[in-house]
Amino acid sequence: MKLQTATRLALYAVMALSREPERQFSTAELAERFDVSEHHLAKVLRTLGRAELVEAVRGAGGGFRFSANPKRVTLLEVIALFEDITSPPGPKEPGVRTHEGKALGAVLAEIDDVARATLGSITLATLHRSATRR
Amino acid sequence: MAAADPSPPIQVRKAKPQDLAVVVALDAAVTGVKKPDYWRDRLRQFAGRDPERLFLVAEAEGQVVGFILGEIRAWEFGSPPSGWIFAINVAKGARLDGVGTRLFEAICAHFTAAGVDRVRTMIAKDDPLVMRFFRSQGMVAGPFIELEKVLP
Ligand SMILES: CC(C)(COP(=O)(O)OP(=O)(O)OC[C@H]1O[C@@H](n2cnc3c(N)ncnc32)[C@H](O)[C@@H]1OP(=O)(O)O)[C@@H](O)C(=O)NCCC(=O)NCCS
Repeated sequence: MKLQTATRLALYAVMALSREPERQFSTAELAERFDVSEHHLAKVLRTLGRAELVEAVRGAGGGFRFSANPKRVTLLEVIALFEDITSPPGPKEPGVRTHEGKALGAVLAEIDDVARATLGSITLATLHRSATRR
Repeated sequence: MAAADPSPPIQVRKAKPQDLAVVVALDAAVTGVKKPDYWRDRLRQFAGRDPERLFLVAEAEGQVVGFILGEIRAWEFGSPPSGWIFAINVAKGARLDGVGTRLFEAICAHFTAAGVDRVRTMIAKDDPLVMRFFRSQGMVAGPFIELEKVLP
């Protein structure tokens, strides 16, 4: 499965921030860690801020801090802020109403179902724990 | 501000026939159906002497607040036997306090002692609560996919 860059950056950012919830991270620091432009990352952090997953800390040494409950935030929730990975093709997509389109659509829907259930069942806390276990 | 009451200590023990009423009630609270005959059979089969089958309950202050049942299964597909969890259930008022984790760890300890090296279960895809719980215990997708067909 491939996620868009912004989605992946958002996941990295919430993982990094939720792992050290007391700490503030500057955009520059995160950009360097994940090897992307500050501009790109700032945009991602704004979206995460609007969703109240992170908050901007003002003043000198300001930056971003995790502001949600890592035991309750799932990967699916973060992903859904950036892209819809499991939406069926709209009725106007070419071919979807044909025999072939329907047959393929059923298989893809099966896969989406599993993806949604999996991503919706893994919280940030679970993810951190699994990385420690390995 | 007064500190929150500490949670009462949890004891995990083997289920007994006398636990039937609580088990039936706990199950009915989740499924909406009372199944005393079913659970009587399960208690007989899983809480008896068979070392490969387990029915455990968690008690807080003498009250049963949850249960788990499972068995050691020989797999048909040429893989070695593994622990299998059939059901887990914690009373609504006792959730999010580590009871489910204690039950899971207790049954896993039995499985380990019996010599199997992994534990499996099956979860409804549309049941995020149970799925999140098992994921939080470190469970991940296994090597099998369940398939089904509606029969004519
Ligand atoms: C799933 C269940 C057993 C969990 O029991 P519990 O005693 O609340 O579990 P714990 O307190 O040990 O929780 C362990 C972890 O599970 C996850 N979890 C449990 N409930 C959760 C919830 N409501 N939301 C998100 N994660 C949850 C968390 O990661 C939690 O860790 P945390 O406490 O550090 O946040 C309980 O909710 C239950 O009985 N649900 C109904 C079960 C059911 O439908 N059974 C029939 C089919 S098997």
